[in-house]
Order: sequence, then structure tokens, then C-alpha cells
Amino acid sequence: MFSLEGITNTVHEWLNNHFSPTLALLTEFVLVGVAAIALFALLGLGLVWMERKVAAVMQIRLGPNRVGPKGIFQTTADTLKLIMKEGLTPDGADKFLFNLAPYIVMIVAMLILAPIAFAKNFQIWDINIGVLYLSAVSSLSVIGVLMAGWASNNKYSLLGAMRSGAQIVSYELSAGLSVISIVVMTGSLSINDIILSQQNGWWIFKGHIPAFISFVIFIIAVTAETNRAPFDLAEAESELTAGFHTEYSGMKFALFFLAEYINIFIVCAIGATLFFGGWMPLHIGHWEGFNHVMDYIPSSIWFFGKTIGLIFLIMWFRWTFPRLRIDQLLNLEWKYLLPISMFNLILMTIVAIMGWHF
Amino acid sequence: MVEEIGTNTEGDLIINVGPQHPATHGVLHLVLTLSGETIKKVEPHLGYIHRSIEKMCESLSYRQFIYVTSRMDYLSSHINNHACALTVEKAMQIEVPQRAQYIRVIMDELTRIASHELWWGAMAMDLGAFTPFFHAFRERETITDIMEKTCGARLTMNYMVPGGVMVDLHPDFQKDVKSFIQLYKSKFEEYNELVTGNIIFQNRMKGIGILSKEDAISYGCSGPVARASGVHCDIRKLYPYEIYSQLEFDEILDTAGDSFARYMVRLKEMQQSIRIVEQLIDNIPEGEFQAKTKAVLKLPKGEFYQRVETARGELGVYIVSEGGTTPYRIKFRSPGFSNLSALEHMVKGLKIGDLVAAMGTLDLVIPDIDR
Repeated sequence: MFSLEGITNTVHEWLNNHFSPTLALLTEFVLVGVAAIALFALLGLGLVWMERKVAAVMQIRLGPNRVGPKGIFQTTADTLKLIMKEGLTPDGADKFLFNLAPYIVMIVAMLILAPIAFAKNFQIWDINIGVLYLSAVSSLSVIGVLMAGWASNNKYSLLGAMRSGAQIVSYELSAGLSVISIVVMTGSLSINDIILSQQNGWWIFKGHIPAFISFVIFIIAVTAETNRAPFDLAEAESELTAGFHTEYSGMKFALFFLAEYINIFIVCAIGATLFFGGWMPLHIGHWEGFNHVMDYIPSSIWFFGKTIGLIFLIMWFRWTFPRLRIDQLLNLEWKYLLPISMFNLILMTIVAIMGWHF
Repeated sequence: MVEEIGTNTEGDLIINVGPQHPATHGVLHLVLTLSGETIKKVEPHLGYIHRSIEKMCESLSYRQFIYVTSRMDYLSSHINNHACALTVEKAMQIEVPQRAQYIRVIMDELTRIASHELWWGAMAMDLGAFTPFFHAFRERETITDIMEKTCGARLTMNYMVPGGVMVDLHPDFQKDVKSFIQLYKSKFEEYNELVTGNIIFQNRMKGIGILSKEDAISYGCSGPVARASGVHCDIRKLYPYEIYSQLEFDEILDTAGDSFARYMVRLKEMQQSIRIVEQLIDNIPEGEFQAKTKAVLKLPKGEFYQRVETARGELGVYIVSEGGTTPYRIKFRSPGFSNLSALEHMVKGLKIGDLVAAMGTLDLVIPDIDR
């Protein structure tokens, strides 16, 4: 019931019954592409609205409340405005790179959607090195940011891009190590296998303290990787006006903006998959009745619920903490997070070898 | 490519911060010379909001020129007006009624709290935390509402006139102020929980932008900036005016001289202001709120100077009179100007983020610097 699996199976059967296998596969590619773009747009709009509402609650305001019920169409209106605005290219900018950069950032964000399991058996691509693919592709976005900063021919953009480069490259290590610690427990890089291994309990509960430590490190590292406050040094409004996207306007700015929110969604989805069992319902030991009730909740709701919970956490950070300074940021990574996560990985390996986890 | 980016002969990056930049809180223009992220030189350029207020005052009568001064340091307009009124009263030897003195001091202290509230929010915003700004405005709004009820204005009050205050207090004044004090006391802990105790915040502030006592004196710093470096400079204590000599309050001093000390001095000053208001609010004497003065004021020939303590430091009003109905020359000694001059000394060798944080703790109001 309510399973997205049914929809995909029906579409797949219908296509294969009516067309040749090649044509059916091609049609499926197109459908998946359209679905990914639609999801991209919907998530962007939804998350921007959510951020505004979360910010409003924390700042004793009402937030958007005029366009549509509870202001849900406010972001749509803003996007329409941005589409209609002129996309300026500054004088002296490297036109090709300047115009290419937002698309690279966006394409990277869309590529990472591929191996994420949105619901039970609802995944674009169940690649057997899923986690490796995620880490590899997500590092590409820094290229787009550096490109944008350099090509803008603006000193603020350049500083922002350099900060962003140093930051993303550094924090990828911690994020990678905490992801690996879950891989050590699971013994598989495939996203689907990782989710299935949490059938009888999520890793954050099963993996004792090491799993919790790697979750905390993961959340800190991905907040930094997505350039969110308190690690928003690449944008740093009060220091660099808008950092690497100072010179962007219109839809090109909107692409950066949307990509930021898609990236948040993706890292939270990865976090939910690795530590909270993705679409897997909450199961507690031998409480058969409880587990049975939990199974009735559709898997897509579990996945999106967990992801949105983590997104809320990251938004909470943004509206609470002040920003770090660039040297403090790098110190935090290289002197604290990296040694801790390495030690934690060893601890996790021992737990996995001795079979101490539940 | 390097030349296009804009560097000097030594290959250092030169960046214009402002006149339109979120960190400068106005139209201040800083020319930064950077080596990577490290600041080598800071050059403030002024004049973007110069309105020649001092020159304008020369053609205005002694009743009129006070209104212009509200536009100098717009966050402490009451205190600016107060300084001008005091100078004129000093020159003409006008006796101000007790009631007016009480009202003036209460208004001054409320203004100080409102100004520090805004500074607190804006400084947190400089450090990248947006939420404190709204929390600060929640309390500040109550003060501006109180002001609006009595003076009719929320920012440029023009309430103090030579001889007293323009109109009597609103009947609700005491009740409103008391409920504000209660609100403030219940919310004050939030400030510490949200910002002061935050580890990121402390790391950003402690040991950053150090100004030694000697430097603070030689740059002519005043107000919380100097007091955080250990300079005993509260005009309310050193040269008491109005009824300050009868009041119980502490001059907040710190010796660290860093950004965190400046921050803590302001936070504690707010509580001292609350203490002063609490002492006065129940004891406002009955009587006249304005002394009987002539319609046209004429200052005797001579030079007159009066200093007061604004939210930012020492404000001096210097009037040269030829005996006419308008001042011959007028000069304001604004606290922001001297405090800004210490900026380069404070941030040399630090990072861009520190510049923004240190500038935040100076509490600059650009129209006060430029006039």
C-alpha cells in the first residue's frame, strides 16, 4: 500500500508490453530524467520555504504568509522573478566559465540523486559502489564554485571561492571517514545493502558509541561541505557580501541557490540512509506488535521524514550559531575532527570484528 | 590576470569594503590591503554621509540647532539633544527644574539601553548569527514605543530643549517603563545563552583586536571601547551632569582590551542603566518640566563646552558665541570618529573575519563620524 514500488513496476510492465525493450529502456531514461528535474525543482522550492518558516519561528516572526496558504507559493513567486531578471555577465569576466559554473554545480547536485533510495525498491540506480560514487561525485561541486569565483573577476568572489575550496576539500575527509565507519559495519558499499542491514535496528542504535560519534562528525562535516552556517565562509555575507556568487544574478544565481538546498537534501538523505536506516521502519527488538504497526507506515514517508528531520537540524544550526573564522575552521577539521574520526574508525573496526554490535 | 584583479606593487590584494557593504553598517569605506586573508593595512575613507551639520548650526538659533543634532548619532538622539541643551543652559545659567532633570536622565539611560540592544544584534549579525538581531529588536521595540508615547518620535526625538524637556511625560510612562524593566530582566539571560556562552562566539572574540590602555588613551578612544581597555573615562562619573552624582551605579571597567571585553562591558552597562532607571522611575518629583526662558535665546559672548556620555562614548559640544542669536562657530567632538581611528591598530595582522568582528565591537554609527 502507498508503495512507490507499485508505480514503477506498472510503468515498466506497460512500456515493455507496448514497445521494444530498447525503446522501453530509453523511455524509462527520459522519464527518470524528467522525474529527477521535477524533484530538483520541487525540493528546491519546498526547502527554501521550509528554511524561511524555520527561521521565522526561531526569530519570533511569521515568515512568508501572503502568497498562497501559509505562503507556500512565495518561493515560486521568487523563482519566477529570478527567471525574468536579466542575467548579467560582468565586464572582464571569463564569459564561458562564468556561465558554465552554475550548471556544473547543479548537474553535480542532480548526479548525486542517482543512488539514493527514496523508498523500498525505489531507486534510480542501485550501483554496487553507491557510497563511493556519492563521495566521488559530491567532491565535484567544488570545481563549479572555484570556477564561479575565479571567472567573476571580482575580489570578493575570488576570496570566497578560495575559502570554499579549502573548506570543502578538508571536510570531505571527515565526512568520508564517518561514512566508511558505517561501511565497515555493513561490509557493503551498495546503498540498498546498507539499508537492508538495518532491518533489525538502525546503525545509530546498533553501532554503540562509535556510530554516534561518526554521526556527529558526519553532520558537522556535511554542514561545512554544503557551505551552510556556521561554516558559510564561502558566502559570509557580512565579510564578503555574497562570496563566490556575488556577481551572479537572475536564473544563474537561482541555480546556485537551488543547488545549495538540493545538496542539503542529499547529504541529509545520505545521513538518514547510513545512520537511520533510510526507508526502513523503526523496529525495536521483539516488540512484534509495535514493529507490525511501524511496517504499515509507507517506506517513502519514513525516508522523507528522517531526511526532513536532519534538514531541520542543519537549519537549526544556521539560525543559532555565529560563523567561524577561516583558520579556526581548518583547525577544527585537521586538528580535531580528522584525528577523532580516524580513531573512531579504528574503534568501529574493532567493534565490527569482535561482533559487539547488536 | 594578476593586474586585472587589482594589486599593489608588492602583490598585495587591495579590496574596497564599502561604501555599500553589509559589515560597515552605513556608508563607511575601508580600503583593505590584504596578503591572502591577512590584513596588512586598513584605511578608512569618510565623507559619504557628510551633511555639514556643524556649518548648518551656525545659521540656526539656539532653539533650532538641537533638532539637527538628532541626525548625528541617530541611535542616541536623546543624549545628543541633551548635550546641546546642557551647553546652552550652562552658557545662559538657566536653572533646570528637578522634574526635567529626572526625565532627562531616565530618557538618556533608556536610549543607552536601546542603542546597546541594537549594537548587540548587529554585532551578532556581523559574526554570522542572524537570530540575535530579532531578539534584540524585541526589547528595543518596547523602548521606542515608550519614547513614541512621550515624544511622538521613535528615532529622532528632539525632546530636550534649553531649560528642560519639550512636553511632560505621558501618563502611562511609569507603568510602561516598569513593564519594560520586567520584560528586559526576564529576557536578559537569553542573550547570554544564545551568544555570550557560545564557544564559536568566544573563540571569535577572545584575544582578538586588542587595544592596550596606552593606545586607547593616545587614540582618544572613549566610552565602552576605552573602558574595556581599563581607561577610567565615564563622563557620568568623572564630570557628573544633571543628577548623576546622586545616583548609584558602577562604571564598568575591564582590562583585557580585546573584542570580548568590549562586548562584556556593553552588556554589563545595559544592566547598570536598568539600575539607574529603577532608582529614578518611582521618584520623579512633581513640578515644572521646563524652566521659564525667553522666546529668543542669546548666549553671552564667549566659548562654552559641555561633554556628556553617549552610548558610544564622550560627546563634546563646543560653542563659540559672539553674543548673537545664532552660534558663531560650533564643533561636536564625536566618539565614533576617535574610536574608528583605533581600528587599524586593532586588526593589523588579523583575518578579514576579525576585522568585521572588531569593527562590530567599536559600535560605529557612520552619521556620527561624518556629521
